[in-house]
Amino acid sequence: MTAPGGPQGPDRGGRHGLPGSRARRRREDRVSAVRSTLVALVSTVAVFGLLGYIAVNSPGWPAVQSSFFDGELFSASLPDIASAFVVNIQLFCISEVLILVLALVLAVARSSTAPVLFPVRLVATVYVDVFRALPGVLVIYILGFGIPGLNLPGIPTDPFLYAIVALTLIYSAYVSEVYRAGIASIHASQAAAARSLGLTQVQALRYVVLPQAIRRVVPPLLNDFIGLQKDTVLVSYIGVVEIFRQSQITEAANFNFTPYLATALVFLVMTIPLARLTDWLVAREARQGRIVVLGTASQVANALGRSRGGQAAP
Amino acid sequence: MTVANPAPALSIQGLWKSFGALDVLQGIDLEVAEHEVIALIGASGSGKSTLLRCINLLEPIDEGRIFIEGQEITARGVNVDRIRRRVGIVFQSFNLFPHMRVLDNVTLGPRKVLRRTKADAEADAMRLLERFGLAEKANQLPDRLSGGQQQRVAIVRALAMQPDLLLLDEVTSALDPELVAEVLNVVRELAAGGMTMLIATHEMGFARDIASRVCFLDAGRILEQGPPAQIFAQPREARTRQFLNRIIEAGRL
Repeated sequence: MTAPGGPQGPDRGGRHGLPGSRARRRREDRVSAVRSTLVALVSTVAVFGLLGYIAVNSPGWPAVQSSFFDGELFSASLPDIASAFVVNIQLFCISEVLILVLALVLAVARSSTAPVLFPVRLVATVYVDVFRALPGVLVIYILGFGIPGLNLPGIPTDPFLYAIVALTLIYSAYVSEVYRAGIASIHASQAAAARSLGLTQVQALRYVVLPQAIRRVVPPLLNDFIGLQKDTVLVSYIGVVEIFRQSQITEAANFNFTPYLATALVFLVMTIPLARLTDWLVAREARQGRIVVLGTASQVANALGRSRGGQAAP
Repeated sequence: MTVANPAPALSIQGLWKSFGALDVLQGIDLEVAEHEVIALIGASGSGKSTLLRCINLLEPIDEGRIFIEGQEITARGVNVDRIRRRVGIVFQSFNLFPHMRVLDNVTLGPRKVLRRTKADAEADAMRLLERFGLAEKANQLPDRLSGGQQQRVAIVRALAMQPDLLLLDEVTSALDPELVAEVLNVVRELAAGGMTMLIATHEMGFARDIASRVCFLDAGRILEQGPPAQIFAQPREARTRQFLNRIIEAGRL
């Protein structure tokens, strides 16, 4: 909505170049933005240049260079390592789906209030406490060696299976807490509005609370999945030949650490895009955050919208 | 007003409600006949909102009984979801579901609670939205709407359940002055259509125009009630006069 004499109005051109005018302010802002970028660039080059210089001129550099930066071994080991990474991707994808489901069940169980559900709440709470307290590697060890060690007839021995189970157990405890925080962040008035229409508690949760809660926790969920992606290497301890185990094998065969570097590179390539995506979602959430929940909050948004519209007219 | 139905639309007997040590409602007695429009007035904290929330069973009560068309809703073992279908409530802060389009906000209850088909519920919802000038907003998310439009959607959402009784909890208090009229006009239309309503409001002029009876609440009691002409022109109680004088001083009546 533009008032007469707004941005395109006739009286605006005359103020160009005056101190404090809009055009002049914009020009000054642009100049200072360019200056900031240049300063950042120069300081970055200087710092990393210096660190690189120190490393390359250190007394041990030749030894480190040959045992970590062996170009030939790097390209030779990369195919094996990359194909071992397929196992990590499988571990990650299967356990992620299981985690999302199990964690949601745990979170809903812990968020319940009915007295009759107390045992359910208790079990869920103990579960989350236990698996958040235990170091992941211990869970993997205990499950991966302990269960098959029972020698029960018909019990599977495939370490891949135990790896999936262990990762699911560990991470669903964390992820359920993320869900639970999301559920708690939805204002009680939303559930009240749903119940006032006659929806049951379960329906209110299913159609009103959870859809909003899950949307809100997507960024922290992704953050946990970056952790899961990396923690898939832990299952190498129970004999799953995945990327880390494969790089150990190559390292041992060549007495050279370069395969680890190749592994690190694979993880960087996989994880950084996910991290960027998470940051982008967080930023988007922050932009929209003020307009999601309550009527009162949307009035704030309306007010903001009006003042934005109002700014058009000087 | 004599009605064919012998049981009143709403009957409240000796209702007490406390939050901790604070007695918010201290023995409310109220009978509402079908098609009556009751305005609840009184200072903030006098218990208007709590009374409405109790009638919709959103707050558990401490003592007393509430009947809707002769059926006690405060009895043990009553299916509260079944009661709430018959009693609509519109909140001060709208409480629309922000992740759903306007149309889905309106059809959620009819579809999930009344088990109507999607097409059926949407056809009805569109008729209601059209009636209140909101048809072109049907596919938008609530936060794209003005406060007045959001509150009208909230009213339509409550109406879509075809309630016997509608509770309005300061539905214009969160609105900018220029948006109040559009919401009040909707309520006027409902009153003219014979909807039984309990309206907690600070809009005294509106209460005077629309209400068949005005109840003045003070410290959790209905201190005085009567037709608007009497309450606003010749209040019997000193507290009522004091309250109305303050409203007049503030230029709101």
